[in-house]
Amino acid sequence: MSRRQLERGEPMRGVMTDRGIVPYEGHPVNDADCTILHIDMDAFFASVEELRHPDVVRRPVLVGGTGPRGVVASANYQARRYGIHSAMPMSRALRLCPHAVVFPPDHETYRRVSAGVMDLLRSITPQVEQLSVDEAFLDVAGADRRLGGGPLHIAQLIRARMRAEQGLTCSVGIAATKFVAKLASTRCKPDGLLVVPTRHVTAFLHPLPVGALWGVGERTEQALRRMGLRTVGDVARTPPDTLRHELGQALGNQLAELAWGYDPRPVTPETADKSVSTEETFPTDIHDPERIRRELLRLSEKVARRLRASGQAGRTVGVKLRRADFSTVTRSRTLPEPTDVARQIAAVARELYAASGLVGAPLRLVGVRVEGLVSADRVHHQLALDEEGPGWRAVERLQDEVVRRFGTGALRPASLALCEEDDV
Amino acid sequence: MKFRVERDVLADAVAWTARTLPVRPSVPVLAGMLLDADDVDGHQRLTLSSFDYEVSAQVSVDVDIDEPGRILVSGKLLAEIVRNLPPQTVEVSTDGAKVVVSCGSAKFTILTLPVEDYPTLPAMPALTGSVLSDTFAAAVSQVAVAAGRDDTLPMLTGVRIEIEGSTVTLVSTDRYRLAVRELTWTPEDPNVSAVALVPAKTLADTAKSLTGGAQISIALSTAENGGEGMIGFEGGGRRTTTRLLEGEFPKYRKLLPESFNSVAEVQKNEFIEAVKRVSLVAERNTPLRLSFTSDRLVLEAGTGEEAQAVEELSATLEGDDIQIAFNSTFLLDGLNAIESDVAHLQFTTSTKPAIITGKPADDGTASDYRYLIMPVRISN
Repeated sequence: MSRRQLERGEPMRGVMTDRGIVPYEGHPVNDADCTILHIDMDAFFASVEELRHPDVVRRPVLVGGTGPRGVVASANYQARRYGIHSAMPMSRALRLCPHAVVFPPDHETYRRVSAGVMDLLRSITPQVEQLSVDEAFLDVAGADRRLGGGPLHIAQLIRARMRAEQGLTCSVGIAATKFVAKLASTRCKPDGLLVVPTRHVTAFLHPLPVGALWGVGERTEQALRRMGLRTVGDVARTPPDTLRHELGQALGNQLAELAWGYDPRPVTPETADKSVSTEETFPTDIHDPERIRRELLRLSEKVARRLRASGQAGRTVGVKLRRADFSTVTRSRTLPEPTDVARQIAAVARELYAASGLVGAPLRLVGVRVEGLVSADRVHHQLALDEEGPGWRAVERLQDEVVRRFGTGALRPASLALCEEDDV
Repeated sequence: MKFRVERDVLADAVAWTARTLPVRPSVPVLAGMLLDADDVDGHQRLTLSSFDYEVSAQVSVDVDIDEPGRILVSGKLLAEIVRNLPPQTVEVSTDGAKVVVSCGSAKFTILTLPVEDYPTLPAMPALTGSVLSDTFAAAVSQVAVAAGRDDTLPMLTGVRIEIEGSTVTLVSTDRYRLAVRELTWTPEDPNVSAVALVPAKTLADTAKSLTGGAQISIALSTAENGGEGMIGFEGGGRRTTTRLLEGEFPKYRKLLPESFNSVAEVQKNEFIEAVKRVSLVAERNTPLRLSFTSDRLVLEAGTGEEAQAVEELSATLEGDDIQIAFNSTFLLDGLNAIESDVAHLQFTTSTKPAIITGKPADDGTASDYRYLIMPVRISN
């Protein structure tokens, strides 16, 4: 089950009560312990494009790749009426709605707008945990006095400022836990608001399908269905021992707790990245090992540049290789010391590819990932006897500087020199 | 086959032979130990052998033979049994496809393995020279510590043995440190010149296990000289052969710096103790930082965030002050390997190799052991 199935698609400003969800009309609401807000921007990429192109407002807008394998990254609500949703192949979306306006993704702009959105949220409280470009949790406990009201008041303030300052709409879920707050924002979007007071949490949760539980993917959902459990309430009424026995200790415990709305995860501002990765889907499958190796170098360059820009280095290098039939192989190796050097990342990525058994097989997608990140200023390098001079790290730092001054594509490894301009 | 032997004599011989039994034999008979009771040059001898196609081991001991014979038994099982026998006379005799080991009131019956399937052990190459066994074992352990353990770089997992007349040079490196030891020996041919690369672990084990006798004979048969790429060692009735490693060893001599900007001397034991203490707070992959000034050495490890340690020792320094960082395990390996009470350290810069030796003798002769260590570059 995907999140989309929980969405109603109709704006809603509501409060969960013992009579179900009722419209919020300014009446007093017991929101005192609902200090966690989940802010979700509505159709973020598409909304940013609408903002930049006022002429397309009220028309179906899609953002995504237009190549033969492009997918929809974002669709506005006019487009969603045609049954279009994100991750749908663009070709199919355009069959459903041939007159939609399509924009190629402009991630730089989205990041800039996102930074503005996050700044706005951080002006409300420093307790902001950014989940992605368009999503964040806020813990507003203690912010009420300064802002002249409780969580519901603060949520309205955020929504008003978002519209006035950013020209964008967002949906806000208000609850005592992250898990319920996030479900609430999903239920009320777009441009909505939903408070779930603690005493009505179980009434809110129990009718939802099991897929609403955090940690339940396709496989777990099937397992739960085999146990005859379809709703969150079914899970809640199952003895935790049974869940643990069927699903394993960790997941069993987690679902038993979530089904009763118990979620102890705090809002943690500035969670450091766990990994840096990038991948490329080819317009047509590639089997030439030389081209795959070149692609791995290019992706390694990209990952390494992002690591260096954020002052990080990682110890584990992984590759992802997807065959034409979508079966995917991932392989990783941990290095003796963390690195932010593309040459090293690429060397490991190529070795992993060589050992994957997929050399010469047609591949649809390759990806490079670096995990086990630490701050680069804590990385020390054991010099080797046959290592002369300052090494590749210094060369690549110089490369960063050239790119900063002259733009991407100004400098790259010779083996990538024939690639297209916007490749790197 | 039937023979009698004292338990201690048998236990020593079996244990030594069992050292080289393969843990996971490629063919089942290689898990066997060959026992051959026969009359050798008028002596009644039991010869025990093991072989895994890389390393062979063979030892002979005096026994009383009633009936000569040749059998193959599970080496691991025989070693376990013999080790646990009481200190009395052991009688070993065959009974059809079984072998009976009796000692005091204990009696074991073991199934034999097909002796006809056992491969022939390689012959010992012709003698190249001999060396004092204790000197050789000490030299090998000083050098083997720097050998690599990464099997993807096989040439770095060996000790290179260079023979030039009466001088033998042993060298190992794992790219991060390099150990060189020179020693004199007695060659068969005073003009001999040969090079061999021997697996470091096997060499260290062999050298240590042959310290029983006064001398070790070394027999080298290199592929370059038309041989089969093998080295043999023999001493105190024990002999072992090992296949040589292939691959090109780094040209190490040019890596050894000739001139230095700073030379420090520190009491070795104090230094070792301080390194161990201070590196307690060094997390994995974080180095130990050393700072030498004219009469002081300051050791530091750890970061400001978590735990830090610092210790100061008295030291002497000639030349420029130097700050340099090392992997503490590599540093300890080098300090433990030198034979002098005073560690002598030579530096160029903080990113160039440093050399650790014992304090040179007063007559100025160069130390016969040098341990080169690459520093860790600290990010800032």
